[in-house]
Amino acid sequence: MSTLIFFEHTNDAISPASLHAVTAATQIGGDVVALVAGSGCDGAAQAAAKVAGVTKVIKVDSAEYGHTLAENLAPLIAKLAEGHSHVLATATTVGKNIMPRVAALLDVAQVSDIIEVVDADTFVRPIYAGNALATVKSSDATKVVTVRGTNFDPAAAEGGSASVEDGSGEGDTGLSSFVGQELSKSDRPELTSAKVVISGGRGMQNGENFKMLEEIADKLGAAVGASRAAVDAGFVPNDYQVGQTGKVVAPDLYIAVGISGAIQHLAGMKDSKVIVAINKDEEAPIFQVADYGLVADLFKAVPELSEALDKA
Amino acid sequence: MKVLVPVKRVIDYNVKVRVKADQSGVELANVKMSMNPFDEIAVEEAIRLKEAGKATEVIAVSIGPTQAQETIRTALAMGADRGIHVVHDGDVEPLAVAKMLKGIVEKESPDLCILGKQAIDDDCNQTGQMLSALLGWSQATFASKIEIGDGDLTVTREVDGGLETIKVKAPAIVTTDLRLNEPRYASLPNIMKAKKKPIEQMSPADLGVDPAPRLQTVKVVEPPKREGGTKVADVAELVSKLKNEAKVI
Repeated sequence: MSTLIFFEHTNDAISPASLHAVTAATQIGGDVVALVAGSGCDGAAQAAAKVAGVTKVIKVDSAEYGHTLAENLAPLIAKLAEGHSHVLATATTVGKNIMPRVAALLDVAQVSDIIEVVDADTFVRPIYAGNALATVKSSDATKVVTVRGTNFDPAAAEGGSASVEDGSGEGDTGLSSFVGQELSKSDRPELTSAKVVISGGRGMQNGENFKMLEEIADKLGAAVGASRAAVDAGFVPNDYQVGQTGKVVAPDLYIAVGISGAIQHLAGMKDSKVIVAINKDEEAPIFQVADYGLVADLFKAVPELSEALDKA
Repeated sequence: MKVLVPVKRVIDYNVKVRVKADQSGVELANVKMSMNPFDEIAVEEAIRLKEAGKATEVIAVSIGPTQAQETIRTALAMGADRGIHVVHDGDVEPLAVAKMLKGIVEKESPDLCILGKQAIDDDCNQTGQMLSALLGWSQATFASKIEIGDGDLTVTREVDGGLETIKVKAPAIVTTDLRLNEPRYASLPNIMKAKKKPIEQMSPADLGVDPAPRLQTVKVVEPPKREGGTKVADVAELVSKLKNEAKVI
């Protein structure tokens, strides 16, 4: 048994998201082979070789992998899948984009967004926005699986000493090309890996008011998130969204401010260790999952909280 | 330009699902069903392309039981021109759906397929990508903006870090994210008109596809319940509890 993991990276370094997939692969058992495909990606390949649990790295350094285009990467992953029992990636937007294309090329089902490895063939995954958990068993020759990062601790980035092998590229399909990107810049921790997250909803009223949350985030070393309603209203960019179809987070502390708690939002945060809700509507569903609910006007409570944290 | 839009009948997004006592799945009997919200966005986008003079025909496809016809009618009421219903009872997985859609694409030769990025029942997020692979087409997933060019499309995608723009060759597969558009409500006259629009029926066998699931569902259970509901009186009590009881700050 052996697992091929599609590693995300920035050519110089590996993405922390992929470390969660290594842990899932270790639980499945057998060899763990990391695929680092990029353009000028030697730094990332060397970093992948140091990850605890990785037994081999395949480095494919070729121009067509300079951007994570699914049309180019899927045939490469499908070719390299031969001889492996499992192909894994973390369920980021990159993994979600590429892996079903790999599965279809291999003519196998994909098991999306697993939260538990039961055995090498059997996995638990949430359905219906996490309101039900399905245990599914695959009898396909190659199991293509994406892993929900928050449910698997990251593997240690140091401690391994895998060999790095060069692989060859499959060429550019010419079907798609990268034009540009607008990435949110922030000095705060990344939303899906932050220990503390403070999120705002429709109750924030506008984007300007998110500054109040940012102030608290900076005091707690937190990331700032948002509900779908706040993103749809244009208060904050799409990458802030926590929920069924946005990001799934499970921090030690989640503070929901002006968020009512729609099913699809709860799906993205209900595995947080401690949940705080601040909302003026005492009937808001968010209070049913909150460990500490504060029924209050957020425009009064949030500045008070900020002040109290200075003293705490 | 012909646009194909697959639509799925799912439990309405407002319904709180209940897991069956025998752990075989979730309760579907007497539950409100609707079109998958991401598919509504896909239908809306296709109709807007038609209204802008860029698309000539919009075809809505659904794979499912007899009642899936209602979902196709909803798309027709929104403005799609005709429907195709692949009649099939029971669960069908994304790979089989993609194979059936491939069969329909080969018959209809659309220039663009717009799909919802995921269905809110199985939360798989696979079908568009699989269809694209089977056809050997380009794919632009999680789209928040589509611009039709000459022989290509420029698509802005919602990614974890923000937004990414790619150019894909036509014919292409696009999957929708939430911010692509706001779907319209069908007007009463359009609902009446939709009743007269044609829906062609076929079976998975007509498309040469075996719809049997590849994955075996061992069991479906409820997630562990969260013990919430405790209220605090004020900010001072909240901070004190977070510090001394939960020990998270």
